[in-house]
Amino acid sequence: MSTASLRQPTSSPSPAGRRPTLTRNQKPKWLVPVIAVAAVVVGAALAALVGFSTALWAVLAAVVFLVAAPVAVSAVEGRRKGADSLMTYLVYAAFVLAVIPLISVIWTVLANGVPGLNSNLLLTSMNGVTGATDNAAAAGDGPVLGGAYHAIVGTVSITFWATLMSVPIGLLTAIYLVEYSKGGWLGKSITFFVDVMTGIPSIVAGLFAAALFGLLLGPSARFGFVAAVALTVLMIPTVVKNTEEMLKIVPNELREAAYALGVRKWRTILKVVIPTAISGIASGVTLAIARVIGETAPLLVTAGFATAINWNSFSGWMTTLPTFIYYQILTPTSPTNPDPSQQRAWAAALILILIVMLLNLLARLVARAFAPKAAGR
Amino acid sequence: MKVSHLGRSAAVLAIGSLALTACGSDNATGGGSGSEDTSGSSLSGTLTGSGSSAQNAAMTAWQNGFQEANPDVTVQYSPDGSGAGREAFVAGGTDFAGSDAYLDEEEYEASKEICGPEGAFHVPAYISPIAVAFNLPGVDTLNMDGETIAQVFTGEITEWNDPAIAELNPDADLPDTRITVVHRNDESGTTENFQEYLAAAAPEVWTEEVSGNWPSQWAAENNKGNAGVVQSTTSTEGAITYADASVVGDLGTVAVRVGEEFVDYSPEAAAAAVEASTPIEGRAEYDMAMDLARDTTASGSYPIVLVSYEIFCPQYDSQETADLVKAFGEYVISEEGQQAAADAAGSAPMSENLRTQAQEAIDQITAAG
Amino acid sequence: MSTTLTTQESSALAEDAAAGGRAGDSVFAGFSLGAGILILASLAAVALFLFLEALPTFQASAEEITGGAGFWSYIWPMVIGTVIAALIAIVIATPIGVLVALYISHYAPPRIAKPVGYVIDLLAAIPSVIYGAWGTTVLAAALVPFYAWLTANLGFIPLFSGPASQTGKTMLTVGIVLAIMILPIITAMSREIFIQTPKLHEEAALALGATRWEMIRMTVLPFARPGIISSVMLALGRALGETMAVALVLSGGPLTASLVQSGNQTIAAEIALNFPEAYGLRLSELIAAGLILFLITLVVNMIARAIIARYKEFSGAN
Repeated sequence: MSTASLRQPTSSPSPAGRRPTLTRNQKPKWLVPVIAVAAVVVGAALAALVGFSTALWAVLAAVVFLVAAPVAVSAVEGRRKGADSLMTYLVYAAFVLAVIPLISVIWTVLANGVPGLNSNLLLTSMNGVTGATDNAAAAGDGPVLGGAYHAIVGTVSITFWATLMSVPIGLLTAIYLVEYSKGGWLGKSITFFVDVMTGIPSIVAGLFAAALFGLLLGPSARFGFVAAVALTVLMIPTVVKNTEEMLKIVPNELREAAYALGVRKWRTILKVVIPTAISGIASGVTLAIARVIGETAPLLVTAGFATAINWNSFSGWMTTLPTFIYYQILTPTSPTNPDPSQQRAWAAALILILIVMLLNLLARLVARAFAPKAAGR
Repeated sequence: MKVSHLGRSAAVLAIGSLALTACGSDNATGGGSGSEDTSGSSLSGTLTGSGSSAQNAAMTAWQNGFQEANPDVTVQYSPDGSGAGREAFVAGGTDFAGSDAYLDEEEYEASKEICGPEGAFHVPAYISPIAVAFNLPGVDTLNMDGETIAQVFTGEITEWNDPAIAELNPDADLPDTRITVVHRNDESGTTENFQEYLAAAAPEVWTEEVSGNWPSQWAAENNKGNAGVVQSTTSTEGAITYADASVVGDLGTVAVRVGEEFVDYSPEAAAAAVEASTPIEGRAEYDMAMDLARDTTASGSYPIVLVSYEIFCPQYDSQETADLVKAFGEYVISEEGQQAAADAAGSAPMSENLRTQAQEAIDQITAAG
Repeated sequence: MSTTLTTQESSALAEDAAAGGRAGDSVFAGFSLGAGILILASLAAVALFLFLEALPTFQASAEEITGGAGFWSYIWPMVIGTVIAALIAIVIATPIGVLVALYISHYAPPRIAKPVGYVIDLLAAIPSVIYGAWGTTVLAAALVPFYAWLTANLGFIPLFSGPASQTGKTMLTVGIVLAIMILPIITAMSREIFIQTPKLHEEAALALGATRWEMIRMTVLPFARPGIISSVMLALGRALGETMAVALVLSGGPLTASLVQSGNQTIAAEIALNFPEAYGLRLSELIAAGLILFLITLVVNMIARAIIARYKEFSGAN
């Protein structure tokens, strides 16, 4: 179903000279563009009164247009159409308003990150790179050496373990909540406490995981898996909440149809309910991964900080991209010449975003593979 | 078809990432790995430390220098912060700690549990001057005494052409710009050392208790970390801050009054101030924890100094760890190690005298019988 | 609804039914129940851990606590700061986030909607350190003249009393940065739910002559309302607990009413800024602060739950 067909015909060709009954109460084509131009002019005038600046001009013009255009439309076409046009313009305005800072953030990351994105950064670790190396690079004696490979490895392994733990638990819990609990006290309290769990400060999750493993393995227990446990604590509520919402909106007719055919409940869930909701679930899991993949604080206390490559999540310290970024920005490898460190940090941020993009794509592929034909738009 | 299109791009990405995973390298600097030509070092194992983030740049240099000489050794250091480092060390979680402050009485007592009856000892391996830096176009250096600095940072002096500043700088061309004080918003050893200086040099002005946090009654603009305050200062005309001297870059700096002269920060002047300090009482025999002489009048010494310690045990459980710690400690205080830190982090190398003392302390490290 | 069971699928399912017996049902039910209980248990463990670690703070005498006047006078300015920051973020992000989700699901042509939705998902992944760095260097600097204008023209309102910050690192900036950070959460989740609105409802509304907005108001929003509230709750959790971005953007200090001066502090940022150098009682204090943050979330969720309960009858599935 495409949105295009939902649109109201806003104007139809009208023969010159007289207005047929069909278009009598329709606004003329020129009305909205004229109001837009007028709004820009009035905005400029108002901005000049207060003290001119481009941003102020844009804001005032938008406000004038948002007031004037719906008023004009409702004068011509009636109040309902006026309200409709107001909301339409508001939606577009909100979109523009949201996109400006988001583009600014992305632009900042791209502008700062792309110059540092090279084979050194992607394929080497920081092993052996000292302030002296950076000083040499800053003085122009060669390229910026050292990279984020170890951090990429760390991010991928730790996120992998966290996802492996939290997705099944989160998914099953959501299934319990939607399909089994039937509003019982246990279901209610799980829903409530999952909401509360979203409020665990990330550092607390880290401390908790560190204390837990400290209790089991002694105080020096710091490795990738501890961090994965901390991230799991942070990830579960997002997975549960998202999946729960997605399962809830699966129409009951589908379940009933399956039951009517004599399908067992668990197979109905696996074969009908989940596939129907899989696109939303996949998006939710990506969101949950995105939520934790950028965490810094819990990793510092659980996974340590390494400069060399470590593939083993169960022994030895690990660095992830966010901790790498954090330390490159806050304690540059060479305090006297922080530029190479800044460059590495921004490029690493770019890599982090690319990794999430990849995961997102993967999630969409998974969703597509399992989804029933023609799901979503 | 959309699916195949999506599939194709996914395949490209997947192959790309596989290629990435296949050929990552720990040899970032492109030099020889050094594993063949080392002089038969017999050390191997992993050494773990955590603590001060101020030391991080120097520690990176030490890790690399030490690992180059001993290819089978891994030294890992997590710059979690001094407090976290001391806590992990006292709890037995790490082999050594880096800390901007020495262990307090309680921690020292606790350290006896894991270090044996002597308790842990400190080696002042990282010495760095703290610069008072400002952003005034056309002014590179200003003379100030402790009192004036304290008045500026407590907000009693609000403009750059205040008579108190002008009197000390008859030659400088001072504008009437408003002074914007920038301080650290995270708890830090730099803040604590700076406050210690203010409290010693201007006790009537700096009446707050010294701590790692900036007192809230004098709160002003602030930012996180050395790099943060310098960034805020650089972007705001008329701003003044204090930061590790290695990070201040092009900002103007204050020459501090010591006795009758004004001393600019320099590695030598910082080391001289550490020389003039007094060791604290009641600690292990070779302990080098010290209270810095902030009110020193010794000629040529710069009293606003951050001293960051490596904290070791005199006794370790296994011979292997003891050997590792000893060798690493020796490397850190060696002329070579100190120079490596100076090159990488801009710190002040320890003086000959200090190094001799530190060597004696490290010599006593043994494995518990 | 676009999802329908074809005859082939249904017969396949019926065959499956014979294969999977009663055992499958109870095993599956057991697993999902187990997962739920595991979550409750781990949360209880976290809460217990918090409580035990925080205990020394509540037992300590008032002078020992930072500020020297007891834990409550230490924490309450930060509680207010935290709530204000999160409130600004939610007030800004909720309407914009929902409207953007509507744009993607019901207004934009599919050609634009897809990439936009994709980009919004990605934005949730930008690490908070980066938002923080962007907030200080780009946004704060850009807002300085605006704050100066606010204090000059609206300075009589305590919220905007001057003098405005010279660096723009204020509570209002923090709120805006947080709003930008949580916008993707609200948008992504609302969008997924808007898309799932039963087509029949929408088409019925349009067939009755409803304008597009009336259709959205009568079919989409009632259907999606609990989901929107859920997404806002999730976003609120992030806004309340956000550490690094606040720590980098805010020029913290004592409690002030003005949003355009430096000052105020949030709990999460206080923890992040002081944690590395904390030990002993100070560490316990910070964990106690974490416990308070936890309690704030608890209260906020109770309120939200009460709101959701009022709209329960609109829930789509049943």
